[in-house]
Amino acid sequence: MDQRLERILPRVQKPARYVGGEYNAVVKEKASVDTRVAFCFPDTYEIGMSNLGMRILYQIMNDMEGVWCERVFAPWGDMEAELRQHHIPLYGLESGDSVGDFDVVAFSIGYEMAYPAVLNMLDLSGIPLRAADRGDGLKPLVIAGGTAMYNAEPLADFIDLACIGEGEEELPELLTLYREAKREGWDKPRFLRAAARIQGIYVPSLYDVTYHDDGTVAAITPRDGAPERVRKRIVQDMDKAPFPVKSIVPSTEIVHDRVTLELFRGCIRGCRFCQAGYVYRPVRCRSEKLLAEYGAAACEDSGYQEMTLSSLSTSDYPQLLELCDDLEAYCDSHHVSLSLPSLRADNFSMGLTERLSKGRKAGLTFAPEAGTQRLRDAINKNLTEEDLMESLKRAFSNGWSAVKLYYMLGLPTETDEDIIGIAEMANHVIHCWREYASNKTRGVRITVSTSWFVPKPFTAFQWEPQITREEYERRVQLLREHMTARAVTYNWHDGDTSFLEAVLARGDRRLGRVLETAFRKGAHLDAWQEYFDLSRWYEAFDECGLDPAFYANRERKREEIFPWSVISCGVGDDYLWRERERSRETVTTPDCRTRCSGCGANKMVGGVCRV
Amino acid sequence: MSEFRLRFVKEGRAAWISHLDLLRTFQRVFIRSGMVIRHSQGFHPHPIMSFVLPLSVGQTSVCELLDFSTVEDLPCEGMAERLNPYLPEGVRVLSCAAPVHPVRDMRYLEAEVTLEYDNGVPAGAAGAVTALLLGDQVVVERRNKKKQMVDTDIRPMIESVAAREEEKALVLSVRVQGQNPGVNPALLAAAVGRHLPEMKPDFVRVRRTALLCEDGSPFC
Ligand code: SF4
Repeated sequence: MDQRLERILPRVQKPARYVGGEYNAVVKEKASVDTRVAFCFPDTYEIGMSNLGMRILYQIMNDMEGVWCERVFAPWGDMEAELRQHHIPLYGLESGDSVGDFDVVAFSIGYEMAYPAVLNMLDLSGIPLRAADRGDGLKPLVIAGGTAMYNAEPLADFIDLACIGEGEEELPELLTLYREAKREGWDKPRFLRAAARIQGIYVPSLYDVTYHDDGTVAAITPRDGAPERVRKRIVQDMDKAPFPVKSIVPSTEIVHDRVTLELFRGCIRGCRFCQAGYVYRPVRCRSEKLLAEYGAAACEDSGYQEMTLSSLSTSDYPQLLELCDDLEAYCDSHHVSLSLPSLRADNFSMGLTERLSKGRKAGLTFAPEAGTQRLRDAINKNLTEEDLMESLKRAFSNGWSAVKLYYMLGLPTETDEDIIGIAEMANHVIHCWREYASNKTRGVRITVSTSWFVPKPFTAFQWEPQITREEYERRVQLLREHMTARAVTYNWHDGDTSFLEAVLARGDRRLGRVLETAFRKGAHLDAWQEYFDLSRWYEAFDECGLDPAFYANRERKREEIFPWSVISCGVGDDYLWRERERSRETVTTPDCRTRCSGCGANKMVGGVCRV
Repeated sequence: MSEFRLRFVKEGRAAWISHLDLLRTFQRVFIRSGMVIRHSQGFHPHPIMSFVLPLSVGQTSVCELLDFSTVEDLPCEGMAERLNPYLPEGVRVLSCAAPVHPVRDMRYLEAEVTLEYDNGVPAGAAGAVTALLLGDQVVVERRNKKKQMVDTDIRPMIESVAAREEEKALVLSVRVQGQNPGVNPALLAAAVGRHLPEMKPDFVRVRRTALLCEDGSPFC
C-alpha cells in the first residue's frame, strides 16, 4: 500500500472503503493485461458497491482477457481534503495505481446530481476536465454510461463518449475496439470516429449544436459519419446476460449489503413520469429456474444471509410465486432472509409479503404518487385507493402497524384538491387501522413523504415545466396545514436539489460551463445534503449568463428539438406526446401485458415484446 | 459440537477493517466454507464467536485470536486450509486449536510500536523515550466511560519497553496490560508526543505480536 495513503487513513472516517482487498475483488497480473479500466462511480463506496449494474459490468470487463477493470469511488470530504493536501491522486482500489494512468476511465452515472462528482474525480485524478484539453492521445479515454446518460449533454464537454443503454454487450465491443486502436497506434479522434459506428455509442464532439435566439436548440448536426440517431443498446435475452454470482463482498457495511437478484429489465406499467419505465423498455425477464439457481449460488459464494428481489415493479414478474417457492426452500434451510421491495398494493403482493415476513413486521411502503384518483389516472399510476385500503386492511389485521406512503408534488395538472387528497388518504389509512388493527396498543405510524416532481427526458412529461420554487413551497405548506392527524409524520423533500436536478436533467451542453464553474466554487459531492449548496450554482449560472428557469420551469413546444433528440431509447416522441395528451384528458393507458399500446420499443427486440 | 480458537494474521489492507466489520466478515467466511457456527438461543439468534482482544483499526497483528464453536464435531487440522481461500486480502489463518486458557486469563499483550521520523531519529530519542515510558508516571489523555477525554496515568499498565533504532524509525518493543484495565500501545506513542514534543514522531505504526498469560507464557 502507498505509504502516503497509509498515513492519511488513520485520520479519515471509515478507512476500509478506501483500501480494496475485499473478497472476490479481481487482481490481475499487470503484465498479462494491455487495457486498464478505472470504473468510476461518482458517489461513495457504500452507494456504488450497492449498485448492481456496477457489479455486472465489473465482472463482464474482468472476464475479458487482456482487460483489467478496477473500481474507483468518490472520496468523502475528509478523504478528499487529505488526498489534495498530500497530492495523492485518485487511485484504483485493486492496484492502488493512479486513475490518470489508466487506459479507460469509465463513469457509471445514474443520477444528475452526481455530475459534480464526475468532474471532481477527474480533477482528483489529475485528468484535464475538458475532453478538448486532453490532447489527441488515445488515453485516457473518458467514457460514461448509466441512466443519466440518456441526456449526456451537460457532460458533453467532459466525456469522450457516452454508452447509451445497457452495457453488457456494448462495453466489450467498445473495449475490443480500444485494444485494436491501441495496438495499431490510433489517435483519439480516429478512435472516436470508429467508436461512433458501434450502436449505442454517442460521441458528443461529433455533433454540432446550434441554437435559436430564444435559447432553444436549432439543429444538431452529425459530422464525420456519426449517426443521425444514436439508438440505445439492450440485452435481447436476459438468460444470456451474465449475473454476478461471484461478486465482491465488501469488508465494511454498504447500503445494500445483500444478494440482489434482478428478475427482469423494463417495466410493463407506463407511469408517465417515470424515466426508467420508458427507457428500459421493453420488459425482458430471466427464467425462473435460472434465477433460483443464481440466488442460491450467490448466497453460497458470498456468505450473505439476506437476499432481495429487485426490478422496477417486482410483483409484475410472471412467475413470482414459483420463484418465491424455490427461493424460500433454499433460504429457510440456509437461514437467509428474503425480502421483496417495490410491491404493488394488491392481494397477491400482500399475500407474498406476509408469507416472506416470517413474523417480522417491518414497515410497509407504497407509492401512490398522487392524492386523487384523477391525478393518478393522469400520470397513469395504476393504484386505486380501494386496492391500497384492501391491502392495509389485511396488513393491519395481521399485525402491521407502520406504513410509508410516497407522493410527488407538482405533477402536471395537479390542483389543490389533489394535494389535500394526500392528507385525506392518510386519514383514511388511520381509520382503516382503527377499524382493523389486531393490536392497537402499539399505535400506528404513518409516514407521508413528498418530493418535488422533476420532469425527465424520455417521459410523457418531458415537455412540462417544473413548478416554481414558490409554488412548490406553497403546496408543501398547504399539505402541512391539512396533515393534522398526530399519527402521521409528514416529510417533504428539500427543494434545492430537485430544482437543480430539473435543470440538469433537461440541460443542453451549454451547461457544461455552469457545471465547471460550480465545481470550481466547491460543488464536489452534491448528491449529499451535507455538501450541496444551491447558491454556488446560482452564482455559476449568473457568471455563465444562463437562466436555470429556462431549463427547469419552461414548457416546451411539441416541435422543439431537445438537446437529447439525437438519442433514441426506442420509445418515440410521438408516443410520448400521445401519452402526454392522454394525461391531459385523464385517460389511462393499459400496461403492456393487458394490451400493447405501440410505444415502438418492440423494434428493439426484433418486433415482438415478450411481456 | 466443537470449540475452537483460531489464530490469524491481520495486516496490509485488512488493517483498516474495523472489529465489528471483521466479525461480520468471519460470519460470512464460515458460511462460504460450509461450516455451521453455533448460534445463541432466543429471538434474535446470533453466531457465537468473539475476538479474544479486539484490535484497533489501522493496527496490524500476527497473533489475533477468534473463538467460535461449530454445530458439528470437526477436527482442528485443516481448518486454516479450509478457511483461507475465503478471507479478504490481509487476513490469514495461521492455526486452529481448542482453547487452552479462558479469556480472563489473558493478561499482557506485546506489540511493536514504530515511531517514524522522516528527518531521522532525533538524537538521544531511544534513551529519552524509554526513560519517559518507564518513569514515575505516564500521563495521557484517554476516553473514560462517559466518553470524556481525561488525563490518566498509564504507567501502571506498562510492563516493559525496549527501544531499538532503525533507519528513520525508533522501534519500541513493549509489553503492556491487555485487559482489566488494558492499554492500547498507541497511547505510548501519544505519551511521547505529549511529553517529548521535540521527539514527536511523524507517524506511528502498531503491530501486535503476542498475547500472554500472567506468567508470561503464550495465551492460547
Ligand atoms: S411495444 Fe407495446 S408491449 Fe412493447 S414496450 Fe411498447 S407498449 Fe409495451
